[in-house]
Amino acid sequence: MKNIINCSTVTKTFTTGDVATTVLKGLTFTIKEGEFVAIIGPSGSGKSTLMHILGALDSPTTGKYELDGHDVSKLSDNELAEVRGRKIGFVFQSFNLLPRVSVERNVQLPLLYTNTPIAERQKRTHAALRNAGMDASHDHHRSNQLSGGQMQRVAIARALVNDPSLILADEPTGNLDQKTGQIVLETFQKLNNEGRTIVLITHDQYVAAHANRIIRILDGNIVEDRANDSHHPSMKGIDA
Amino acid sequence: MMIRDVLTETYAALSGNKARSGLTMLGIVIGISSVIALVGVGQGATSSVTSSIANLGTNLLTISPGASRNAGPVSGGFGSATTLTQADATAIKSEISDVSAVAVELSRRYQVTYKGNNTNTQVIGTEASYAGIRNVTLSTGAFITDQQNKDYAKVAVIGPTVRDDLFGVDADAIGMTIKINKIQFKVIGVTASKGGSGFNNTDQYIYVPVSSAQRFLAGKTSISSIDVQAANQKVMSTAKQEITTLLLSRHNITDSTSADFTVVNQADLASSLSSVSSTLTLLLGAIAGISLLVGGIGIMNMMLTSVTERTREIGLRKAIGAKSGDISFQFLTEAVTLTFVGGIVGVLLGWGVAVGLTMAGIITATVTWTSVWLAFGVSALVGIIFGYYPARRAAKLKPIEALKYE
Repeated sequence: MKNIINCSTVTKTFTTGDVATTVLKGLTFTIKEGEFVAIIGPSGSGKSTLMHILGALDSPTTGKYELDGHDVSKLSDNELAEVRGRKIGFVFQSFNLLPRVSVERNVQLPLLYTNTPIAERQKRTHAALRNAGMDASHDHHRSNQLSGGQMQRVAIARALVNDPSLILADEPTGNLDQKTGQIVLETFQKLNNEGRTIVLITHDQYVAAHANRIIRILDGNIVEDRANDSHHPSMKGIDA
Repeated sequence: MMIRDVLTETYAALSGNKARSGLTMLGIVIGISSVIALVGVGQGATSSVTSSIANLGTNLLTISPGASRNAGPVSGGFGSATTLTQADATAIKSEISDVSAVAVELSRRYQVTYKGNNTNTQVIGTEASYAGIRNVTLSTGAFITDQQNKDYAKVAVIGPTVRDDLFGVDADAIGMTIKINKIQFKVIGVTASKGGSGFNNTDQYIYVPVSSAQRFLAGKTSISSIDVQAANQKVMSTAKQEITTLLLSRHNITDSTSADFTVVNQADLASSLSSVSSTLTLLLGAIAGISLLVGGIGIMNMMLTSVTERTREIGLRKAIGAKSGDISFQFLTEAVTLTFVGGIVGVLLGWGVAVGLTMAGIITATVTWTSVWLAFGVSALVGIIFGYYPARRAAKLKPIEALKYE
């Protein structure tokens, strides 16, 4: 299996005035194609900053980050946008769907920025929605008419629509009750079983337990990186 | 991003908040429609001034007695002197080659009566050539002839307003006898209406042979002015100069500053009046332009609010692959769409106001294609100028901060 994520001594330092704060202190790890990894840590541990770098929303201060074989640590803003559009599918805690806009149009949004032909958009949109567990009866509903669990599955469909190398989910169950959260996590497991690479950022032990590998971060360092077979005995592609 | 997608996104964004989009657009509608209507009013005024000057005659030089300047401490008042004679007119006609026609005038206001009706109006004693020089056309009958002038004929050509006052609206006046200053004149013609207004209203005039006016009405042989038609536009100033030289020598005056007559070029008058009304048009346009500017600031205000409100949306779009250019283009398109649609509505409304004013007879407003295209261009430009800053602000947002924005 090839490496989707390859981080070597990635650091991130924020400077406010004269005070420099190093949030990430030289992280080195790889994530292979087909893995389902949970990055877990308390707030202030640097996991959000790591997620921004993994999601090409930000560049590391030093070190190298390769996404799907391409070095993205030194790209310009527009090149980063291109990488995000084609390689990464984001799932956010607060869904971030456009209100008053249909489910279909919400899912199609990333295709607008990759100039996908109109004819292909419908096909991909419907495939992504079915894949994320939404049935066709909701396709023309407005996004604000849906329940929280449905909204997050629409958001997952939006993350899938460009067929990305990596799905990056930031506290995807944070705004959901346990039951709908469970459905969303099962959706991720299903997608992972179909071969999708998923990185899930969370502070919640229970949520992290759905992944096949858990990376624990504390104060900008990796303190634990282990396979998790409590839920899934059939493990794939673990970098032991 | 494809143009089609940008337009769909724009429609969705603007229709998402119809009240706000509508009110913002209203600012542009008012701006554009006032530009169209007010410039229309100004241009209508200009063309009505120009056409009423043209009604007075083309290539016309008018010679009046009395000096227009340096007449000494006491001026007798314009036109009060009686220094011009029939002989002067004859001399101009025979000695100056650039002149195509000459007509003398002896004008004064008289009481005019027919049976019980009476009116006080301008009576112009003149000759046959006057009709050609002053563009007088007849609706019925004929103008004064040279023979009638020789015969001291007591005949009159009356304006349509005079006819209406004395005989009733559209009554047949030909052959009727009216009394001008208690002297009987026979009506031989009625002039066609020229419209006009104020002191220029030729519809109120009565024309009689100048010989009759001198003998029966004024009781003197002087004339009050000489109208000269130059052969063409180019020789106007030459003709004016030649006439001045001729009359100075005929009146034995060596110093041109003490001339006892004044030559007025009608074209000069026309151009100075139309420059006044062009200035008026400019002023009205400028006032309307200010309201367009205010409308543009309204657009900018709304777009800035919209950028702030949609910060998370902008963050999301950037996270899923939108480049800065895509974001700024989208917001710019929204601003331009607002001003463009506002511009279309504004042009229609302004046009409607102009047509309404014209039909109501308040003032003649002419809407030209130039002002329509100008208004469209300006409204699109307003959108670009006032949409640029908010669009830049949206584009510059960092996706991480935008996504965290509450």
